[in-house]
Amino acid sequence: MNKVLELHHLKKNYQTSKEEILALEDISFSVFENEFISIIGPSGCGKSTILSILSGLTMKSGGTISIKDSCKIAYMLQDDCLLPFRTVLDNCLIGLEVNGLLNEDNKNYVIYLLKTYGLEDFMNQYPDSLSGGMRQRCALIRTLAIKPDILLLDEPTSALDYQSGLAISNDIYQIIKQEGKTAIMVTHDISLAISMSDRIVVLSKRPACVKSIYNISFEKRKLPVENRKAKEFSSYYEKIWRDLDVHI
Amino acid sequence: MFIFSSEHDQFIKKIKKEKKIVLFYQIFICIFFLLLWEGLARFSIINSFLYSSPSQILHTILSLSKSGELYHHMFVTIWEVFLSFTISSILGIFIASLLWRFERLSKILDPYIVILNSLPKVALGPLIIIWIGASIHSIVFMALTISIFTTIITIYNGFISVDKKYIILLKSFGAKDHQIYRKVIFPSNLSLIFSTLKINISLSLIGVIMGELLVSKNGLGFLIMYGSQVFQLNLVISSIFILGVVSYLMYIIIDKIWNFINIKY
Repeated sequence: MNKVLELHHLKKNYQTSKEEILALEDISFSVFENEFISIIGPSGCGKSTILSILSGLTMKSGGTISIKDSCKIAYMLQDDCLLPFRTVLDNCLIGLEVNGLLNEDNKNYVIYLLKTYGLEDFMNQYPDSLSGGMRQRCALIRTLAIKPDILLLDEPTSALDYQSGLAISNDIYQIIKQEGKTAIMVTHDISLAISMSDRIVVLSKRPACVKSIYNISFEKRKLPVENRKAKEFSSYYEKIWRDLDVHI
Repeated sequence: MFIFSSEHDQFIKKIKKEKKIVLFYQIFICIFFLLLWEGLARFSIINSFLYSSPSQILHTILSLSKSGELYHHMFVTIWEVFLSFTISSILGIFIASLLWRFERLSKILDPYIVILNSLPKVALGPLIIIWIGASIHSIVFMALTISIFTTIITIYNGFISVDKKYIILLKSFGAKDHQIYRKVIFPSNLSLIFSTLKINISLSLIGVIMGELLVSKNGLGFLIMYGSQVFQLNLVISSIFILGVVSYLMYIIIDKIWNFINIKY
């Protein structure tokens, strides 16, 4: 398989005037083309920091990141961040505008995405008329608009209620597979990670290291919600739960 | 076409009735006050030389209007307000934008802006007259000192309180500062900017009248000052009345422009 991204001993310190916090101690893993990979770890362990560094929003403190040439990365933030004064379509175009890529072709691509993923009727409305799940889909289309090769997803279902979260996990999975993207998702939800991913990277408590990496394979891979019913599901769940070592 | 239930009809009727009641009392208060004033003056319960009366005020306004003085003074005041309002709004938004863009600059200037904002600008009046001279320039400048600091501070605070998540979003797409400003910061604050402009109109008017009281030979402020010096209180009260109308109209104009923009976007 074709390697698109590799982290090698990635390290991150956060500086405050009182102390220095070691967030990521030693993170190494690779991502292959068209793979869906999840990063899971206890809350506050610095999962999101990895995405933040990959997207260039945060500087790393050490280690190396190698990205395959001409690979474009796009970041779907935890919050949908839809601007209330822009229509749904205009919200989805903002990444193109910022990158100076707004032309007829790209605009039509966004309109095609909106049509394909059930937002056609809301295209010219404002985000406040969308449901939580639709907002999340809109945010995903905005991320896809710049035609990235790798998508970074930060807790894409955490803002939603349980039912919508399940539904959107199917949607996101389908969209990403249909558009042929590579995805790295950060989550604290073990079930979600197992149901969506090809591989799962489990992180330790802060300072975070890679504790284990699981290859997830189902006898018959279906959509995420269906995968939850697969017989392999519970054994994966148990292993990861044990790795996370949660004490309350 | 929908057919509404009778409940809906009643609901609409109730809203209309409420509007009528409010309008009735608004007009009633106005007429009652004017009649009371006129009556008290007619029956010499109050001294109409000191307190004037609605009929005398109307008479004064009509004669001022016939001689054209009214329009001249109104125009001068409106022009001065317009100048200082425009300059302080544009300059205020510009400086607020600079402070947003250059964080260090805003840290450095912070204490100075706070001092200048809290200083009662009336105190600068005599200095401004001596430095700039008794002219329209000093009046506009005085109005400017009154309105610009509030504009800067309010708009700058609006700029920096935009939710960080939108800025992170744009940065994740690799946006430059000017793009973040144009696409998020400025449009998010449009409503704040317009409410600041409304305040700015009143502040500019205060500044202009203050300036006219101190130096001018023209304008409504001058008319008020002149009236009091020659003890023509009809003139003073008429001028104040016109001033009220002028400031109300200016406020309405800004409000209408805002509504227009708000509907369009």
